Amino acid sequence: MKASLQRLAERAEAEGLLDVAYANVDSPFGPLLLAATPRGLVRVNLPNYDPAETLEELAAKVSPRVLEAPAKFERARRELDLYFEGRLTEFDLPIDWQLTHGFRGKVQRAIKRIPYGQTRTYTEMARSAGNERAVRAAGTACGHNPIPIFVPCHRVLRSGGGLGGYGGGLPMKEELLKLEGVL
Amino acid sequence: MPPFQALLDEYATDVMGVLRGAVGRTDADDCFQETFLAALRAYPKLDNSENLRGWLLTIAHRKAIDHHRTNGRKPLPMADPPEVAVSDPEFREDGIWAVVAELPPKQRAAVALRYGSDLPHAEIAAALGCSPEAARRSLHEGIKRLRKELA
Repeated sequence: MKASLQRLAERAEAEGLLDVAYANVDSPFGPLLLAATPRGLVRVNLPNYDPAETLEELAAKVSPRVLEAPAKFERARRELDLYFEGRLTEFDLPIDWQLTHGFRGKVQRAIKRIPYGQTRTYTEMARSAGNERAVRAAGTACGHNPIPIFVPCHRVLRSGGGLGGYGGGLPMKEELLKLEGVL
Repeated sequence: MPPFQALLDEYATDVMGVLRGAVGRTDADDCFQETFLAALRAYPKLDNSENLRGWLLTIAHRKAIDHHRTNGRKPLPMADPPEVAVSDPEFREDGIWAVVAELPPKQRAAVALRYGSDLPHAEIAAALGCSPEAARRSLHEGIKRLRKELA
């Protein structure tokens, strides 16, 4: 049965019927769920969120043609492993930004450009996105990042030096910043 | 609409089982692929997600019938070659299903749908593309023959 299902995912992709591929990938923080469209990585589910809900969200917002296709995530898996070992500083996967819009979209694209091992404040992110006064909205944009880790919202901190929040929980944010040599 | 993978998780085993009954083990995977590709193609436009299992089994049976048509009157193999490298206890074709596999295509499909998938007569008819009366007849003939074979 496993071989049949793998063959199905391959054929679906070849016929343009694989709108959303996903795979579970191990991380030091627990299992991550990665989802990609033909355009790129569209969603990452952190371990403390229910993957079933994320799949339903993808079915509703992107397409119900959602299939598990681990073979498509070899490169993502390799890059993540290296990143968690501290041997990779920049992810090189294409991103599909379709789950993000407007000001939030601008903030999230700006987050993607924060280099490894550096941090920014919510105020700086608001400025980068073109509206310095929308600090709270910038914070919300970080909190609604559909592609955490790859879009490194863990590098955004509070102006006073506080850690701020993190969808994956503050201990995970702290660990990621330690890994990158910030803390 | 649930993510398509949920349909695979829940019904792939059923569909494969029915197809093995309907076309035999060797060709079941091809029909399985055709079934789920057709389902995937139609899925975003499906109006009603209430009976997804029945919907999938209906497609599976159309594919099984297409398969029999394409293969024309080619005689069915007496026994499938053993798959030494694959151990798949769920789908052992010994016992009664081995006898079912020897039935003529329509009877075989009717029996598999009724007792393998637990479909009512009306859905069997829809799957086979015939009247409920004809479906009942195929089922009846199939069972009569099974009784004789197993007696």
